Order: sequence, then C-alpha cells, then structure tokens
Amino acid sequence: MHSFRGFLLKEFYHIFRDRRTAAILFGMPLIQLLLFGFAIRNEIQEVNLGIYDQSHDAVTREITDKFASSGYFVMRQELHSTAEIEHAFAEGSIAEAIVFEPDFAAKMIREGRATVQVLTDGSNPNVSKIITGYAASVLQDYRNTAFGAAEVGVEAVPLMMFNPELKSVNLFVPGLMALILMLVSALMTSISITREKESGTMEVLLVSSLRPVEIIIGKVVPYFLLSFVNVVTVVALASFVFGVPCRGSVTLLMLESLLFIVTALSLGIFISTITSSQQVAMMISLAGLLLPTILLSGFIFPVASMPLPLRMISNFIPAKWYLIIVRGIMLKGTSFGYIWKETLVHGVMTTVLMVASIKKFKTRL
Amino acid sequence: MKDAVLIAGVGKRFGAVQALQWVTLSVGEGELFGFIGADGAGKTTLFRILVTLLLPDEGRAEVLGLDVVRFYRDIRKRIGYMPGKFSLYPDLSVEENLRFFASVFGTTVEKNYELIRDIYSQLEPFKTRRAGKLSGGMKQKLALSCALVHRPEVLFLDEPTTGVDAVSRKEFWQMLGRLREQGMTILVSTPYMDEAVLCDRIAFMQEGRMLALDTPSGITKLFQKPLFAIRARETWRLLCALRASPHAASVYAFGSALHYTDNRLSLRADELLAALQADGFTDVSVSVIQPGIEDTFIALMEEKQGSCL
Repeated sequence: MHSFRGFLLKEFYHIFRDRRTAAILFGMPLIQLLLFGFAIRNEIQEVNLGIYDQSHDAVTREITDKFASSGYFVMRQELHSTAEIEHAFAEGSIAEAIVFEPDFAAKMIREGRATVQVLTDGSNPNVSKIITGYAASVLQDYRNTAFGAAEVGVEAVPLMMFNPELKSVNLFVPGLMALILMLVSALMTSISITREKESGTMEVLLVSSLRPVEIIIGKVVPYFLLSFVNVVTVVALASFVFGVPCRGSVTLLMLESLLFIVTALSLGIFISTITSSQQVAMMISLAGLLLPTILLSGFIFPVASMPLPLRMISNFIPAKWYLIIVRGIMLKGTSFGYIWKETLVHGVMTTVLMVASIKKFKTRL
Repeated sequence: MKDAVLIAGVGKRFGAVQALQWVTLSVGEGELFGFIGADGAGKTTLFRILVTLLLPDEGRAEVLGLDVVRFYRDIRKRIGYMPGKFSLYPDLSVEENLRFFASVFGTTVEKNYELIRDIYSQLEPFKTRRAGKLSGGMKQKLALSCALVHRPEVLFLDEPTTGVDAVSRKEFWQMLGRLREQGMTILVSTPYMDEAVLCDRIAFMQEGRMLALDTPSGITKLFQKPLFAIRARETWRLLCALRASPHAASVYAFGSALHYTDNRLSLRADELLAALQADGFTDVSVSVIQPGIEDTFIALMEEKQGSCL
C-alpha cells in the first residue's frame, strides 16, 4: 500500500508539472464547451431574403410583412425579374427568394388559391431545407390568420419534445462530455504509460516490487479523478451558462459518467499494451477513438441515417451508448429502467478491455 | 563462498541475431564483477536476463539461488538495477525521485540513508532540482542512489559510466569500491578497458560470446607473446612498414606508441631495433613491456577472428 501511494503521488507530479498536460486537461473542456455553446450552432438566424413581388397588392404586402417580422429573415433585396434572382443567388447576397405570382390577391379571391414560389440555394442542402421550413411556417401562419384553421382539413401541430426551442447546445453538451472524457481518459492514459516505456523508466518499475496491477491502477486513478472533475465542470457550466437542463437524476448521470470514464480508461490501457511508442499511442487514440467519437457516435450526424456498415461499427463505439444515456438523463429525464441496456454494453466493453489489457501487460520487456 | 549469480549455458536470439551464445560463469557473494565488451557484445541482453526482464532461449540462470524464470518476483525484490539508459523521471526533483524509488520498494530514504549517504550527500545541495537538469555525472549518482535505496543484495549496473566525464567516472568507481567493502555483490558492465582493472574478476564479451573470464592480472597472463612498445618520429610510416612485414603478428597504435608482437617468439628488442634502423627509421626506441588488459583483449579478439590486422 505504501508503494502504491508513492506511485500515485508521482503520477500527480507528472500531471501538474507538465504545463501542456495540465492545459489540455483543464483548459480543453472549457474552451470546447464555450466554442460549441456560443459559436458552433445548428440554428440558422437572419436569413438573407429577396422578394420578387409581381403583384404588389394588399395580400402580398401583408405576407411580406410577416416574413420581415418573423425574426428568422432579413429583408435584403427587392427583386424585379427572374434574371435578377439568379444574379442575387450567384452573388450570394440572398439565401432565399420568395416569388409572388401576378394578380396574387385577385387570384386568391377568385380561385381560392394563389401560388408563392420559394427558392433557396441548394449548394448547402441542410441550410436550404431548414430555411424552406421557416418560409413554409410563415406562410402557414398567414393562412391560419387569414382564413382560420377551419378552412384546412388536417393540420399538423408540431411540438419538439424535450427541447422545444431546438437549442443545439442541448444536443452538443452530451457529445462534448463523451469527447472530453475520451480524450482525457483514453488518450492521456495511453500516452502516460507509453511514455514510461519510451523513457526506459518502465524497465525500472518492472524490476521493483510493484505488481503490474498496481502500475495500471496507479496510472488510471489520477485520470479517473480528473475526468470526473471535468464531467462536473461541463455539466455545471452547461447548466449555468447555457441553461442546459438536467431533468433526470444528477446522481445517475454522475454514476453513468464514472462507468464511461472507466471504459475509456480501459481503452487507454489497452492501447498502451499494444504499442510502446507515444507517437503510435497518440495516433491510435486520435484516429481510432476521437474521430469515431465525433463522427460515428451520433454526436453530430445521426446514427440512424448512416449506411448499415457504419451503423454496425457505431455499436462498438462506447460514446454512442454514452450519448444515448446522457441525452436520456439530461434532456428527457429518463430513469435507469430505460438505459440499463446501454449501461450493460459499457460494463461488458470495460470488462473485456480490462481482461485483455491485464493479459497483454508484459511483466517483462 | 556462495554464488550470488550463476549463469549456465545461457543463449538468446533476436530474430537472425545471436545476441548471447553459451555464456557460463558464476559470481561469488561480495564480488565486484565486470563485463567488458564493445557495444553489441551482449552485455545489456545478459543483464536483462539476470534482472528477469528477458527470458533466456537456452540455458538457465540463478540470482541469489533463485531461478530467473520461475522466481522472478522474489528476485526483483532483492536486487538493484540501473539500466544503461538514464531512467529516472526528469520532471521530478532529485529528492522526489529518490523518495519515489524508496516507496515502490516499500521502504523509506531514512531507513537506508546510511547506505547511500556517501553518494547522496553530494547531491543533497541540489535536491530540489529537477533530475532532467542535472549533469551527466550527477544523473548517474542519483540513478545509483535510486538503485541502492532499498538495500539490494545484488546490484546490476549496465554501463553506468558511459557518457560520463573522467572525474565523475573515477568517483563512481570509488563508490563501487566502498559498496563492495560493505559486502554487496556488484555486477557492472563497461566498454572502458581502464575500468576493468578495478574489478575483482572480469569477463570479456564479444558478439554474444565470452572470450575470457579471470581476474584482471590473470587475464593478462593469457597474453603469451613478447610485447614491444615502439616509438618513432614517423609513426604512420612505421605502422605501414610493420604491417607489411611477413613476421608481424599484430601492430596497433596505443597512445603515442605502437604495440607490436612478432611471430618469432625469440625476437629480442635490440634485434628489432637494429632491423628498424636498417629500414631507415630514425629516433626509434623499442622496449619490451607487460601487456595490459586492452592488449589482451585485442589479442583475444583477433584470435577469435583469425586475422592478423
């Protein structure tokens, strides 16, 4: 026990002496959260709008006013011909154009229907789809006020459960937690173990009375504690700065996070048992852990829309399951009864990795 | 005297390279034993086998009467090992390094201070300095302190003086001498011939094989031909001329002189001098000298290679 305490102390010295490590450990979570919270958003605001009104009557003016006052659009340009529309798109001065047909109001009264054309710049399909939706909802809004809901047979009233304002920070925080924990736990442990192999100190550690298990646990415990500090920081910041709710049990969230940390740590140990160079450990951690965590876990791109092979790979990414758990607890207020399967997956992954690492850990060179 | 280390027919192969071949020797308790050999002679491999970091392919080895393969855990507790590469934590201070190594062996610096005081007292003024910022000689002293702090029964030092200045090297060997007086068994490897005479016994290693094993004075007895030291003004021309001679057994530069052995065992110094003067060399002096360890080593190496330089 005495020797183990000495080992732990040494690990903390390493972490706090090396400015770069300390900066990555404590600075990165803050910077990433602030970046994702303030700068990187999915919501689109202030869409540059052009209007080509061929009718100029009371109805088109009213609809135009509705667009202007919706909050999503900025009236950028009055357009006077089809050619002008094309030019404006090409120039990039507008992202969306609304075209009213001639005799709009008259047609509406005479035939009961008139046509509005909504044009968007399809070179960015995601944005295009979203702002088309905005335009449709403005038009829907006009129709409801002008004719009353009774005129329409079936009406869809959408409600975005759990995140009614569609705040993207709510979506990012769980993913960010997964990313940070992966980085701190897996990357840092694998680097710290391989560093000892590279510098030759592992040779001396092996020829001591420390058991391999003690070396592994001694390496893991500091990062375990630091990762947990990071989880608390991120959740607290998300809640106080960005108003991200935690609707479920905070205790459950913390326990699940601890389990995920252990999974990530065992991944880190496993990586360090298959390589003895810091460079390789870093490459494996970055390419093999971080990229999948960002791309395949559902952090940014939904897993459901991936092709089958990628969906199958995503099952092996611990972050995917962690995201389901965290989104469940924080945004939906899910209880353990709904996420035990995901928890079990983490448990199995951890056990397999730990057993493999201990088996692979060499007591000799 | 009991054997502290026993090596019997040990062989080790790395792919196509035979790193060790049929090494057999024993080191008695309290002995200061040196392994002498150039880089790649197999010294490090042999040390790693003895400190239980590598498994031998053939043969067996015992440390303190324990088999290095089966009882590696017990051996590790009772030996001290200082690898050839500097293996301390550069970001930890001198004192933190020492305390760390004491703690991993379940002891404290205070308990064994007596043993390391000699060495560590020189480092104490710098005890808050990071180990990475120490000079080469001080690093070695710290590494030795760390290897000694748990009072090992056998000490393995793999090239402890490589890359260390001459003064520090001398100090280092004085410390080893004092440790030996306290009864510690020490195995040390070195590429420096001048350090060999400081050992009780030495083993010459080359290409994984042991060429000779004896006391330093015993080793030089292996050298049987008369050895001449020749000095002349034109050393280079002399070297070429001697090499061209059909009777030359070996010629090599040794400091400012040439060391020469002849195939004619009865050759006398004055005969050699006359022959050289007849060849037109001026200011020549020839004397018969006692072969040193380096001469013996060179002779042994050539004997194995079957060439006469």
